[in-house]
Amino acid sequence: MSTAPGPKAPMSPASDSDTKPPEGSGPGPKPPVLSVRGLSVRFRMRGGRHIAAVSDAHFDLAAGECLALVGESGCGKSVLASALLGLLPGNARTSGSALLGDGTELLTADERTLARTVRGRRIGLVPQSPAAHLTPVRTVRAQLEETLRELTGTRGSAVRPAAERAAARASFPAGHLDRYPHELSGGLAQRAATALALIGDAPLLLADEPTTGLDRDLVERTVDELRRHTDGDRALLLITHDLAAAERIADRVAVMYAGRIVELADAERFFGQPGPRHPYAHGLLDALPERAFVPIPGMPPELGALPEGCAFAARCGRADDRCAVLPPFDGRLACHHEVRADGEEPVRA
Amino acid sequence: MLELTRVTAGYDPRDPVVREASLSIAPGESVGLLGPSGCGKSTLARVAALLHRPYAGAVVLDGEPVRGWRHAAPRERRTAVGVVFQQPRLAADPRLTLRELIAQPLRATGRRAEVPDRVAALAPAVGLTAELLGRRPHEVSDGQLQRACLARALVLRPRWLICDEMTAMLDASTTAALVEVVESYRRDSGAGLLAVGHDRVLLERWCDRTVGWRTVCGAGGTAQESMSPTP
Ligand code: SF4
Repeated sequence: MSTAPGPKAPMSPASDSDTKPPEGSGPGPKPPVLSVRGLSVRFRMRGGRHIAAVSDAHFDLAAGECLALVGESGCGKSVLASALLGLLPGNARTSGSALLGDGTELLTADERTLARTVRGRRIGLVPQSPAAHLTPVRTVRAQLEETLRELTGTRGSAVRPAAERAAARASFPAGHLDRYPHELSGGLAQRAATALALIGDAPLLLADEPTTGLDRDLVERTVDELRRHTDGDRALLLITHDLAAAERIADRVAVMYAGRIVELADAERFFGQPGPRHPYAHGLLDALPERAFVPIPGMPPELGALPEGCAFAARCGRADDRCAVLPPFDGRLACHHEVRADGEEPVRA
Repeated sequence: MLELTRVTAGYDPRDPVVREASLSIAPGESVGLLGPSGCGKSTLARVAALLHRPYAGAVVLDGEPVRGWRHAAPRERRTAVGVVFQQPRLAADPRLTLRELIAQPLRATGRRAEVPDRVAALAPAVGLTAELLGRRPHEVSDGQLQRACLARALVLRPRWLICDEMTAMLDASTTAALVEVVESYRRDSGAGLLAVGHDRVLLERWCDRTVGWRTVCGAGGTAQESMSPTP
């Protein structure tokens, strides 16, 4: 069953969904735009406590590809995004590696490099709360024009039409350009923020919950637009809890639970047949109103008090003794008892 | 019955966001009100919840016309309606623990004595553990806070429940869990429901019937387009 009524946006040839990429490299011949290896983020809290917000994340993202990182709020996906942008608070410690296609190591780059050459130029951010991201005392037009001058060097009489084109790209209505952020609906603020993110023509677009609170048709327009900007040389990392949005535009899906990527799958296979392999991902899809509309029992564990073994065990109908040992992520799945379409459990040594 | 007849409401009498909206819900019925964001459906939900006085039109609750809104509404009427909003962080006093948050309506209506029993009954129903009940809003996730806000809406056992985009910020599993809590309360209590939202698939799955904003506003309504900013 499909959750997206509309046609899927055209896929770029770089994201051939039939050939499974070998582990550790992106699909197609192009080098990955982003390559994440063993990325972990720990927060040190009062009293010496630690929060394991992201543990051992591992994925590649190729040009022309859209990877949707899905999971419940608090699963660590937004922390992962902040780590890539160097926007973590001071009590955070990162380890592992996150390489851009040009060789920039995001985890160790200093703030000056990140501010001057990465954010906006190499990574365009479509933020989670656009109202907070936009400057409250300046109109949308003023913000677009300033960003154009700064990132593209557009000058003089060219700025005004360029700002209008930038707005149009994100379907922001020209009639609202002279408004202030607080005069915009959530949907329009999101489009203004998207327009800003696209100006730098960055090779990697990072959209953090870009559709929260938007109407379905606006969700579809927003993600279709993001997808449209992805086709070609740009890659899109879409961080979302909106599975319908992910299904609509993603080539691959990474499912995050309690700070870990537990499944990485081709989107068509994941949303269609044979469906997800991980019991959590299975439960997440079953919770959709267009499917069984049945919640996963319980709630995710606290990231500061993760259980030994599989973090999903307390909520998992398939859990057994083996699940007391943390299931390793093999590049596509982290689970001792994979869900299979035929209901059979694979026999593993 | 909860009946709204030709309600005009908003934040500027010269430019009301709701014009001549009519909607009625039978006892025990669940109605989904579907509309784009910024159309005024949340304002109409606030009118139905007796939280926002309309400029014109009539609201009849269980056969009696509503004459006062907010604190001007008699206590007995206000407590007949429970409300859950879209953004739990804006709807929850950050200084209160979740336990205090849930108990708030009981305290405000002088029913302090019922607090332990009601909280003990509701917390497991919405999936909150004793440990979570002791935390404050900034120490829990949006989903956990919304669970507490739903428990707060149910704590006085309302005959009517208004859910304004209750799950718009939440993931699929938490959404299904909260809808299940509402529906199990309605099975036990016979309460009626107005669920306001923009997700057609969700509302149609959830409610007995779903009406569109334009239908509610009738021919005379000038439902604004989804592009219009909310005040
Ligand atoms: S490892 Fe075990 S507990 Fe974890 S998801 Fe797989 S079956 Fe469930």
